[in-house]
Amino acid sequence: MSHDAPPRRRGYLYFPGCSLKATGVAYEESLQELFRLLEISLEELEDWNCCGATAYMSIDEGAAFLLSARNLSLARRTGFRDLLAPCSACYLALKKTQDYVQRHPTVREEITGSLRRAGLEELDSIRVRHPLEVLYHDVGLERLRERVVRRWRGGPLACYYGCQAVRPYDEVDVPYNPTRMDELLEAVGVPTVDFALKTKCCGGSLTGTIHEVGLRLNYILLKEAARKGAEAIVTICPLCQFNLDAYQAEIRRSAREPVDLPILYFTQVLGWALGGEFKALGLHRAISGGPFLKRWFTARAEVETYV
Amino acid sequence: MFESNGAPRIGVYVCHCGTNIAAVMDVYAVAAAAARLGGVVVSREYKYLCSDPGQELIQNDIREFKLNRVVVASCSPHLHEATFRAAALAAGLNPFLVQMTNIREHDSWVHADRRQATQKAVDLVRAAVWRVRRHRPLEKGRIPVHPEVLVVGGGIAGIHAALSLANAGRHVYLVEREPTIGGHMAQFDKTFPTLDCAACILTPKMSAVKSHPNITLWTYSEVTGVEGYVGNYSVQVTRYPRYVREELCSGCLECIEACVYREAKFADRFNYGLGRRKPIYLPFPQAVPQMPVVDPETCIQFKSGKCKKTCLEACGERQAIDFTQRERVERIQVGAIILATGFRTVDPRRMPYYGYGVYPNVYTALEVERLVNASGPTGGKVVLRDGRKPSTVGIVHCVGSRDEKTNRWCSRVCCMYSLKLAHLIKEHTGAEIFNFYIDIRTPGKGFEEFYQRLLNEGVHFIRGRVAEVTDWALDPSEEGRLVIRVEDTLLGTVRRIPVDMVVLATGLEPREDAQEVRRRFNITCSTEGFFLERHPKLAPVSTFTDGIFLAGCCQGPKDIPDTVAQAGAAAMEALALIDAGFVEQEPNTAWVREEFCSSCKTCVALCPYNAISVPAETGKATINQALCKGCGTCVAACPSGSIVQNLFEDEQIFEEIKGVLAYA
Repeated sequence: MSHDAPPRRRGYLYFPGCSLKATGVAYEESLQELFRLLEISLEELEDWNCCGATAYMSIDEGAAFLLSARNLSLARRTGFRDLLAPCSACYLALKKTQDYVQRHPTVREEITGSLRRAGLEELDSIRVRHPLEVLYHDVGLERLRERVVRRWRGGPLACYYGCQAVRPYDEVDVPYNPTRMDELLEAVGVPTVDFALKTKCCGGSLTGTIHEVGLRLNYILLKEAARKGAEAIVTICPLCQFNLDAYQAEIRRSAREPVDLPILYFTQVLGWALGGEFKALGLHRAISGGPFLKRWFTARAEVETYV
Repeated sequence: MFESNGAPRIGVYVCHCGTNIAAVMDVYAVAAAAARLGGVVVSREYKYLCSDPGQELIQNDIREFKLNRVVVASCSPHLHEATFRAAALAAGLNPFLVQMTNIREHDSWVHADRRQATQKAVDLVRAAVWRVRRHRPLEKGRIPVHPEVLVVGGGIAGIHAALSLANAGRHVYLVEREPTIGGHMAQFDKTFPTLDCAACILTPKMSAVKSHPNITLWTYSEVTGVEGYVGNYSVQVTRYPRYVREELCSGCLECIEACVYREAKFADRFNYGLGRRKPIYLPFPQAVPQMPVVDPETCIQFKSGKCKKTCLEACGERQAIDFTQRERVERIQVGAIILATGFRTVDPRRMPYYGYGVYPNVYTALEVERLVNASGPTGGKVVLRDGRKPSTVGIVHCVGSRDEKTNRWCSRVCCMYSLKLAHLIKEHTGAEIFNFYIDIRTPGKGFEEFYQRLLNEGVHFIRGRVAEVTDWALDPSEEGRLVIRVEDTLLGTVRRIPVDMVVLATGLEPREDAQEVRRRFNITCSTEGFFLERHPKLAPVSTFTDGIFLAGCCQGPKDIPDTVAQAGAAAMEALALIDAGFVEQEPNTAWVREEFCSSCKTCVALCPYNAISVPAETGKATINQALCKGCGTCVAACPSGSIVQNLFEDEQIFEEIKGVLAYA
C-alpha cells in the first residue's frame, strides 16, 4: 500500500453532495460563478457518493463514516490539499468522520480496513473546509474588497449561520457568535443587521417530520430578521436556505403575518457584488421575496465600477 | 568515612501500619530476613512504630544494644522521617544515622501478591541497611532571619495581614499596585449575610494601615524583583509616579476642584466606566492614602505641555504637584513575604450568549455593586443606562463558574453576593427579581438563613443555567426588553423571562499576571492558575518556597471572613518564622572537594538557586550552604566528580542500589 502523496494541485476540490445538485442548485451555481470571478479553480470530486449525513449518522454511524471516508479517500488521490464542502451537513459529516478516525483506533481500523478492500487509501491528509472560511482566510477581505464592481443600494441583510457549520468544530467560525459572513458581506459593501438568532435551529428535517414544530422554528427566524430590519436572510447551508425559503406562503397563512423575505446564499450576494449575473448566480430560482430580488438584483442595478 | 562512629550496630524496625502494610505482606518474615543482614544487631516488627510506645521501643534498643544506625521500614519519609529522627536524637543518636524505607506507598499499597510484596520489602530493607552503614553524623545549620515582612497587595487580605504583624510589633512593608489600598472590598456596598456596610468596616482598617508606625505603605508600586531565600529576601519595589509628592500633599483635594476640566469626563476605572473623573483624581472618597493621582494619558500638561496648570495654583505653596516625578526603585530586605494579590472577575465577553457588551442593560455584578453604593456614580440609585428604573431584574448565577467552557471551579461567593444584590436592588427599586441558579450554595455562618430571608422577601428563584440573554421578541410583551432564555429544570420546560436589567454573577479567577507573579516569587500555581498552597489541609497558607505565604483569593476564591482568617494565619506563620530569629537548615547540601575542582564552572550556570560561585582568589567553586536546597544538579553535572552531597554520597547511593538488586 503506497502512502505517497500524489502531486500537489492548486485550487480547490469540491464535494457537492446531494443538495447542491437538487434543492440547492443555486448554491452550486453561485459558488462556481464566484470562484470564476475570483479566478480560483474549483473542481468537482469525481465519482462522489452520499456524505452519510443526518439519517445515516443517527441510525448507523459506522456506515455513515464509511460513506464519508470513501469521499475523503477519493479526494486525497486527486492531489488537492483542500476539499470544499459547501453544505453544512456534508461539512460536518466529513469533518466528524476524519475526527473519529483520528481519535479512535477502533473506528480507524474498521474504516481503513473497508477502504483497503475497495482499493482505496488513507483519508487523513486532505483538509475538509467550508467555503465561508476559505473565502475569509485564503481569499481574504482585502482581495474581495478590491474586486467589487457593484455598489449595494439595498438595505441591510441578516447573516444566518445555522448550527452544523459552527458546532462542534470551530474552524468555520466562533461557535456562539460567528461573524465571518457579516465581515465578508461588509467587505463588499453590503450592510448587515445584528441578528441574535444567527445560530438557532432552522427546523432541520423537522419541517418534513413534525411539520408544525419545524414551521414555528422557521417563523421565529423570519420574524426576528424582519423585526431587525433585514431585507433578506443570507445563509451558508442549503437545508437552512430551503427551509426558510420554501414554507413562507404556508407561514403567511398560519401565522397571519406578511412575511416575504428572500433567502439567499452568501455566495450569491458576494458573486453579485463582484459582477456575477442574475441567472449565473441562480438568483432566478428563489421561491420567496420576489419583489426584493427584482428590486436589487435585476436591470435597475446596473453594473458600475467603484472609483 | 565508613564506620565513622565504630562498627555498625544497626536496629531494623518493620511497621505493620495497622493493616496497611501487614495485611499485604509477611512483616515477620521481613524482620527475620533483616536480622540476618551484616551489621544488624536487632530486628523487630511493631504495629504502629510512629506511636509513643513504638518510638520508645526504638529508643530503648538504641540505649540497650548501643545501636549506632537505625532503619525504619514503614511509610513515606514525607510523613514520619522527622518523627523517627527526633526519637533517635532524644536517645542520643545523631538523627542522620536513621534511614527510612517506604514499604507502604511503594509496596503494600501498590501490590496484591503477598509473596512478591514480602520479597520487595526484604529488598528495600536490605538496600536501606546497606546504605545506612555508610551514613555519617551530620549537623543542621542555622540561618539568621531578617525581622521585617513584605505584604504584597493591599486588599482586605493584605491589610489584615499587615495590621496583624504590625500590632505584634513587627515592621511591615505593604505594597499595592493601585493608587489606593482597599482592593475589591472597597468597591462593595454591603457585605453578606449581615448587610453591614463594606466601607464602614473596611475604612477604619485602611486608616489604621496609614497611621500605623510599624507599616511602610507604598501604593502605586509594584514588586519587580525578588532575590534571596527564606529569612533573607531582597526585594525590589518599583514606585510609579503619581505626580503628586506624598510628603508634601495635605490631601485637601483643591487641585481636583481647580483642574482646567470643569467637568469630570474620563471613564473612571474604580466605577467600571459607569462614572467619570478628571485627569487629576482621587479613586474614591475614602481612598488611602488620601492623595490625588494624575493620569498622564488624559492630563493636558502631559499631552501637550500647554496647560494653564490651575491645579498647581490651587496647591499653592505646598507645591505637592510635580509633573517631573519619575519612577523610583526601592530595595528592601525582608525575612518573609505574604502574597495577597487577589483575583479578577471573569470577563463576560468570553460568553457572548449572555449579551454583555452587546446589550447596554446587561451588567456585571461589580458594576451593580457600584450602582447601589451611595458613593457610586449614580449616588446609590439603581437605574438603567438610559436613566429608567428597572421594574424586572434577572440575576444570572455561575457566569464563568462551574462551566466546562470557561472555568470549572465554583467561585464560592457568587451565590451569596447574588442574594445580597437581589435584596439591595429590591430595596432600592422595588423591582421583581429573578435569580437563575444551578445550585444555591450557602454553606457559611448565617448564609442559609439569609437565603430563607430572600425567599420570604418574594425574590424568584429559577433553577437552570441560563442559555442566553437576547433581545429577540416573540410577542409584544417582550418587545424592547431583554429576554432570558433558560431551561427551568424543576418545571421541566424552557422558559423565556423578559426583564429590564440583567446582572451577571461573574466568577473569580486568577489575575491576568498571576503566572508572572508566580515566577517572580518562585512559587507554584494549581492547574487553574491560583497560587498553590503547600498542603490543601495542613499547610493552607504556606507555599513550596520557604518564607513565602499566601492570603486571600490569590490562593483560590473565598469570601471576606475566610480571607481575613487566612490573612491572620499567614501573618501568624510569618511571625513564627521571623520571631524564631533563625531557620534550621537540613544538612543534605552539596559541598566541593576543592582539590578535585577543575574550575570549569559548569555547576555555576546549572544551579537553580544561584548558590555556587567561583571566587577569584581560590579559583575553586564554593557552594553557599544557606542557598543550597540539596537538589543534586551540580553533583550530577560535575565532570571531575568533585561535588559531594551530604546524605547522597556516591558510596551511599551505590550501596543502596546494590542492596536492592542483591536478591535471590
